[in-house]
This record gives sequence, structure tokens and C-alpha cells, in this order.
Amino acid sequence: MARTDVQLMLGVKAGDDASFELLLARYRTPLIHFLGRMVKDPAMAEDLAQEVFLRVYRARVGYKPSAKFTTWLFRIATNLALNAVRDERHRQRDVSIEQPGDGRAAEDDQPLEVADARPGIVEALVERDRAVFIQRAILRLPEKQRAAVLMHKYHEMDYDQIAEALDCSESALKSLLFRAYEALRMELAPLAGERAKP
Amino acid sequence: MNCNEMEAKLISYIDGRATEAERTAVEQHIEACAACRARVTQFHGVWAALDEAPALEPSPSFDARLRERIAAEPRRAWFGWLVPSPRLALAAAALALLTVWIGIGEVDAPTSGEEVAGIVEPSERDLQDYDMLADFDALSTLGTPNGADKPAPAKDQM
Repeated sequence: MARTDVQLMLGVKAGDDASFELLLARYRTPLIHFLGRMVKDPAMAEDLAQEVFLRVYRARVGYKPSAKFTTWLFRIATNLALNAVRDERHRQRDVSIEQPGDGRAAEDDQPLEVADARPGIVEALVERDRAVFIQRAILRLPEKQRAAVLMHKYHEMDYDQIAEALDCSESALKSLLFRAYEALRMELAPLAGERAKP
Repeated sequence: MNCNEMEAKLISYIDGRATEAERTAVEQHIEACAACRARVTQFHGVWAALDEAPALEPSPSFDARLRERIAAEPRRAWFGWLVPSPRLALAAAALALLTVWIGIGEVDAPTSGEEVAGIVEPSERDLQDYDMLADFDALSTLGTPNGADKPAPAKDQM
């Protein structure tokens, strides 16, 4: 029978490197999927995933199985990703102020309703495949909504786990998720061959 | 259920985590409300579309890089298990110091040289008299507890 995450983490705490390898094998891909969807840059996503595992390793000495391991892991990943996204946004704002002609930062800060106003959406759909279009819709969500949707949709975490990872109440999480899926409904309406009605 | 209440139930209806009662309430509402029915259909479309989002895969060097970084981390000392946390170590050290301090305070130790000499001298005299004690004849000068004239021979007492 496979050892649970908590058993493996207690093994890591006791100095068993093989337990850490098993946790790495179990969570390497899900974490990179999550972080790859949280941040634009694949290299940054991989660096963040490395940092998550490193923090888990450093925290082994004081580890106490008080929360579900997945919740703890995604809480670390979410906090790192939110900080990285905010740092990147601030950096782009600084660049934008220095170089007013650069429109990349402005594109990132567009409100969610831009799907209706963005020109050339049909051409964009032709040029890019559906997967990229969906990925961009996810990336346009505000960071916290994005993290909530990713944990909810792709990692099938329970509401209480996601709420704990995001440090909010369960009712606040449900409201956050509703707003996120509502925004995605608007963004992804062209895929369904219809314009979403606000 | 009205349209506003639908918002709170919609996500768990779409992801299949709604209870039987919640599912029934949503279905009854969307049967009567065309707008919410359309929204549920669109949310189902979003839910399905998200499955098509690309996923980043770990690079082949991911594990090797991580192992290198972990190898560079400081290892715990062999006695690390004795000291689970710096706070506990500090508390243990403080307790040890307190115990020693209280122990010193409670001993009725001689403080002056004369007091120390008063303790040491009789001990030295006892040692000097050791040969005398070994001579049982000397003990004959002592009275006996039961008033006998002569003490019993030493060998019998042994």
C-alpha cells in the first residue's frame, strides 16, 4: 500500500531522502501544471516549483501534520506565484512609465470585459489554436481568481482546502470562483460561437 | 430559489459537488428561468473548454537541479534531534542555569578559612589516629554499654 503524503513527509523529517524523492515524483507535475498556468513564463514557473520543493525540504524539521499536505503545498505555491506575478506587474509598470510606447503592461491590466472590445478576435482565433486562447483567458483573470480556478478545476481540491490555501473563508471562495467562471464565460464565449451577454 | 441564490449554488452544480437537495433546487429554478438556464449551459461550456488548456511539463533537468540545490542546503547536526527548536534549547539552558543557581544558594557552605579549617582538622586527626583504632587494646579503656568488666575479644566481635 502506498504511503500517504503525511507519512512521506514524516519520513523526510526523520532524514529519509527516499521519502522526499517520492513526494517529488508525486507532486512535480501537478505543481508545474499549476505554476505554468499561474505565470506566463515557463522558466519562471519551473523556478517557482523548485522553490516550493526547497521550502518543503527546509520546513521538514518543524513539520507537523496539522493540515492536509496538498493544502500546505499549494498554499506555498500560491503565495510564491502571487508574489512573483505582483513583482512582475510592478516591474512592467516601471518599464511602462519609462517607455510609454510599450503596450505590454497595459495589455496585462485590461479589465475582463475587453473580450468584447478587443479587435481582431476572429483573426486571433484563426492564428492561435483554442488551447492558447483558453490559456490566455486564464492568464487574464486576476491572480487570486486564477489560483482559485486552477486549484478547483485542475487539482480537484475541496472548497475548504482551496479556502485555506488562499487564506479566505469558504463563502468568500465560492464568490471568488463564481466571479472567475463568470469572467471566463465572457472570455471564452467566442469559442462557443456566440457572444456572451453581460 | 431566485437568480441571486443561483450564484451561490451554480459552481457546485457545475463541478458535481452539490448535494442532492441543492441539485434539485437548481434544476427546478433553471426549468422556470431561461436566463439562468442559458448561464448554466455556458458554464458547462467553460468547464469543458478548460480541459483544453495546455499544461507545462517539467524539464528533463528539473530533478537534477533540485537535487543540487538540496545538496547545497546545510544538513542538521548529529545532535539535532536533541534540540528540536532554538526556543526549546534556550528554555532548557535557562532551566539548567536556574537549577545550578538555586542549588548553590541552598548549600550551607563555609565561607571563611577558619570554618573550612574547623571541618578539615578533625578529619585529618581521625586519619592520624587510624593506627590507634586498629589497636584493640586501646578500646579497652572505654566503658562497655552493658557494664561488663572486660570487652569481648575483638575477633569475637568481628
